Amino acid sequence: MRIIFKTSYDKDIDIHEHWGKRGAILVLLAFMAVLPFFAGEYYLAEATNTLIWALAGMGLMLLVGHTGQVSLGHAAFLAIGAYTEVALMNIGWPFLIAFPVAGIFTGIFGALIAIPAVRMSGIYLAIATLAVFVIVEELIILLEPITGGVGGLFAPSITIAGISFDRYADLSNLYWLVLLIVALVTWGYANLMRSPTGRSFLAVRDSEVSARALGINVTRTRALAFGLSTGVTGLAGALMGHYIGFFNYELFSIFISINLLLVVTIGGLGSIQGAFLGAILITAVPQLIAIFRDWANATVGINIGSIPGLDTMIFSGVLIAFIIYEPLGLYGRWLKTRTWFELFPLARRDMFRRQKSYLKTERTK
Amino acid sequence: MSLLVAKDIAIHFGGVKAVDGVSFSVEEGEVFAIIGPNGAGKSTIFNLISRIYPLTHGKISFDGKDITRLKAHDIAQLGIARTFQNIELFDHSTVLQNMLMGRHTHSRTSFVENILFTPKVRQQERDHRKRVEEMIEFLELEAYRNKMIAGLPYGVRKVVEIGRALAIGPKMILLDEPASGLSVEESQEVAFWIEDMRRDMGLTVLMVEHDMGLVSAVADRVLAVANGRMLAEGTAAEVQADPHVQAAYLGTAPAGEPA
Repeated sequence: MRIIFKTSYDKDIDIHEHWGKRGAILVLLAFMAVLPFFAGEYYLAEATNTLIWALAGMGLMLLVGHTGQVSLGHAAFLAIGAYTEVALMNIGWPFLIAFPVAGIFTGIFGALIAIPAVRMSGIYLAIATLAVFVIVEELIILLEPITGGVGGLFAPSITIAGISFDRYADLSNLYWLVLLIVALVTWGYANLMRSPTGRSFLAVRDSEVSARALGINVTRTRALAFGLSTGVTGLAGALMGHYIGFFNYELFSIFISINLLLVVTIGGLGSIQGAFLGAILITAVPQLIAIFRDWANATVGINIGSIPGLDTMIFSGVLIAFIIYEPLGLYGRWLKTRTWFELFPLARRDMFRRQKSYLKTERTK
Repeated sequence: MSLLVAKDIAIHFGGVKAVDGVSFSVEEGEVFAIIGPNGAGKSTIFNLISRIYPLTHGKISFDGKDITRLKAHDIAQLGIARTFQNIELFDHSTVLQNMLMGRHTHSRTSFVENILFTPKVRQQERDHRKRVEEMIEFLELEAYRNKMIAGLPYGVRKVVEIGRALAIGPKMILLDEPASGLSVEESQEVAFWIEDMRRDMGLTVLMVEHDMGLVSAVADRVLAVANGRMLAEGTAAEVQADPHVQAAYLGTAPAGEPA
């Protein structure tokens, strides 16, 4: 068990408690940075996809995990980000300007939606965001000159200072770009959560009435959370557009919204790490099932692929098992495991029991 | 001039007159207690002052300023802090984080600065922490600083809530049943803290309390209410001796009045 001596308030203000944790993050970043040198193209593409999902997951985590607001409409914000990005690049804006503007535009859109929506909470808010999703989907089809309507459109490939970040020709470059963006957003997210703004999000999540009594403007805080959340999701949408290459409104279906909610709940509500772990699970499990299907077909001779919907069912089964047996999510499991080793042999089974509910809707009183 | 003046305040929920025509004033540096049987409207008076409920009629002013129409989140800014009867802490945060949330009204940085965590934000965090540490020391919460609220015993949570309210740096603190559910020793401790808040921090204390021992020990003046109406006002002994108050608690009509 590690004992940390704190000699100044700065130790508590810093993101990482000690150099061990900081070092671990640096090692992870370094590993991620050198991945293109030894990973094959398939795995690199999957890693890029996972990072984009983690970015979108962070966007939703800020809202669901840290502010306690449910959204079923985040696929719509992915779409707004993606279409804005492509529209701006098509009128000649460079990526370095179009990309942040796409995020800011999506964020402002989200914040405007939030001003009436945040008066609701729980299931009502979920339904309201679902309605937003439906409206945005229809708008995309109607705004054919910009969005390509039902037919869809091509995302132009990214070029910065003469270097190409094309999805197919220069996948490594695109991967590094995505990695950099994800790292920056993660850093900003971690900063936010150790600042007064992040604390006001947690305050609104846990007790609205005392947040008010402490001088927190609940409506404005929720609208800000919505804006930041949808802004980050918009950035992820823009990257997703570039990653997919050619897309129409069907890319951003309601299932994407649900998958995003699964990313944050399975990853572990209320933790940035959870968004990453959830994204890894959501993107890896279908691939693993596909690999397993091929293997089963080749060695055992059972063709799972011949039964329609079976792989979706296996996927759903894995997810349901997680929700039933690990309600704290993957990050919660990691914390439990780590605590068990740190306190060995003093860890108790019920040490985590009290930290069960995160959402306002789960509160019984 | 009185710090807080409530003039003929009332709130009606449909036909239920939860508070009906209550007037009182709290002087600066005073400990003022509101007592009354369950359902008398004591906590409702608190919720009217902290603007959680809108007044049906009447007027509340604080420090010479009319606060009757302010929003709930503007109240802390003026220097009114409060605790809640059923403890409204942020359960999934640590004691330290909870108390830092009390510093919200003193944060002068935008969310963009917060995301970038500029040196200004860091300096502000240090200042907040320093103020919070003073409260932690005052309330002897050092051992619980980094503990999650969800795992803390009831008595400690009550104290943390007082600490969070003090972190606002208020002129006046509203304590809603600070001693309910506490052991005898713990409520004696609360009595000492209330004394210290008044003497050392120059705070004005308005409290709702059932424990007459605590009320007698700390309160300068006591207001008794029942069924949303005022019964008596005076020192603790005077109010306890008042026949109307005794009737409200014990259910016997005072002599000379019909039952």
